[in-house]
Amino acid sequence: MNSGGMNSRIGCIAFNTFREAVRDRVLYNLIAFALLLSGAAILVGQISIDIERLVVVNLGLTAVSLFGVVIAIFIGIGLVSKEIDKRTLYTVLSRPVRRWEFVVGKFFGLTGTLVVNTFLMAIGVFLALLYVAHKFEKTDGWVLVALYFIVLQFLIVCALALFFSSFSTPLMSAVFTFALFVIGSLAEDLRGLARITHGIGAWIATAVAYVVPNFSALNVISQVAHGDAVPGRLILYNSLYALLYSAMAISGAVLIFQRRNLK
Amino acid sequence: MTAIEILDLEKTYFVGFWRKRPKLALRPLRLTIEEGEVFGFLGPNGAGKTTTLKLLMGLVFPTAGTARILGADMNDPRVKSQIGFLPEQPYFYDHLSARELLNYYGQLSGMPAKGRSARVEQMLTRVGLSDSAGMQLRKFSKGMLQRVGLAQAILHDPKLVFLDEPMSGLDPMGRREVRDLIQQLRSEGKTVFFSTHILSDAEALCDRVGIIHQGELRGVGAVAELTSETQGKVEIIFCAARVPAALTSLGAEARVSGDMVSAVLPEERQDAALEVLRRERLKLISLTPVRSSLEEYYIQKLRPAQDRNTEDRDAEGREKESRKGAGV
Repeated sequence: MNSGGMNSRIGCIAFNTFREAVRDRVLYNLIAFALLLSGAAILVGQISIDIERLVVVNLGLTAVSLFGVVIAIFIGIGLVSKEIDKRTLYTVLSRPVRRWEFVVGKFFGLTGTLVVNTFLMAIGVFLALLYVAHKFEKTDGWVLVALYFIVLQFLIVCALALFFSSFSTPLMSAVFTFALFVIGSLAEDLRGLARITHGIGAWIATAVAYVVPNFSALNVISQVAHGDAVPGRLILYNSLYALLYSAMAISGAVLIFQRRNLK
Repeated sequence: MTAIEILDLEKTYFVGFWRKRPKLALRPLRLTIEEGEVFGFLGPNGAGKTTTLKLLMGLVFPTAGTARILGADMNDPRVKSQIGFLPEQPYFYDHLSARELLNYYGQLSGMPAKGRSARVEQMLTRVGLSDSAGMQLRKFSKGMLQRVGLAQAILHDPKLVFLDEPMSGLDPMGRREVRDLIQQLRSEGKTVFFSTHILSDAEALCDRVGIIHQGELRGVGAVAELTSETQGKVEIIFCAARVPAALTSLGAEARVSGDMVSAVLPEERQDAALEVLRRERLKLISLTPVRSSLEEYYIQKLRPAQDRNTEDRDAEGREKESRKGAGV
């Protein structure tokens, strides 16, 4: 089995996952997003107290993040378990498809769905921004960086959902992933707590702070809403961190799935 | 050449939440299937048929033992491009149409893009789904899904086809079509390994059968041999409204059906029985030796081991007595 065949199989599984999400009307969330954002833009436009841009960027990016995380968790937890329950996996794994190729293909399919979803939402955010501010400013470019960080968050959430679903029930996988998302969003606070605590408490806080994914470092929404720049070093660091963390979670999922009996 | 060589494949599951208890699903299984053979794997529900197929497909991992498929280790991914598999009660991606699904499986099987679409259309026609090829599978009936399942199993022209209960859930017409398909595969020189608990299907299609029960292979035999064995009895059918008393005194087990009588009696009393019919001026319709059926073999193999041993001992005893009587 050559690498061309391997890439083709992963691509094929990824495309099928994307197609399934689209046909299961996952992108319908865009309607809710569009209604929320246009409502907010009209409301802010009427109030007009020079915080239009701040409100639209804050609200828009937070909505992009939350909608995406919900999709990532709810589809991610079923990526493997649904295929086992429905036995659709049997006719896939009886072909020259390795188990790790299946897991990686599913991961790429879901992240692809989220990238497309985020791209369409990003267009909405910029249209709302144009509506309230009537023009784009140079600092609006940082909104793109914030969107990129949101996509990095999705990579980690998808990988975690996939990891938990490789050994746990969908409900428990959702609970674990969401809990990690919440704790990870407070990772910087946890690190601060570790610095001011002593003894075992400090050890535990440090361990938790470094084990959970650091979503707070990936959240620059407030910063870009105020028009502040994002340092290039942070972009590089966050990119490497997200890739490494996702790769580790996916590797864990693969290791567990490789040994799993599909009863 | 050997198509499948199962070498002491064994599977034990561990069930329970806190205290895991072992549950034996398959006792060490040793079985060989030759290329071009249609092999029927028979057994009641829960006998271990699906577990065996899942082990061979790499869907579950053996506790011990291994198998060779088409000369290679069963875990060798290259082997999988030469095998087709239809799971029991298959379920497919219902967001896809039959055409899209077959294209997807074709890609996963490594079929070259050139010619894939034509092959997909050919398969859809072969299983009678060309008219509903563009319809999403969520709108398909159970029988239609089974046809899609068959199409995906043979799409990439595999040398070896595994079918798990292929007739399950099909109407008589659908069953007939599956039978025809298996016969076509045989004529194309493919090896077919299929599990079923419908004995008439196995008897009509298989070269050999294996009987499995409670995870244990109870017997393997060629269908032609099993069904050609005579039982030392003959069945005489003749025209009469009642059973002649002389025939009953010969030890015949007779049934009256309308104006016909069917009587089964030991082969050595056949001449005496014909003499009775001649004497009573009754019209003989037929006289045939009673042959074993696959059903009898199946039931015999499914009986608990103790019963079978007792039966074997009885048979041995009878044989010794007859030898003594004959002065051997």
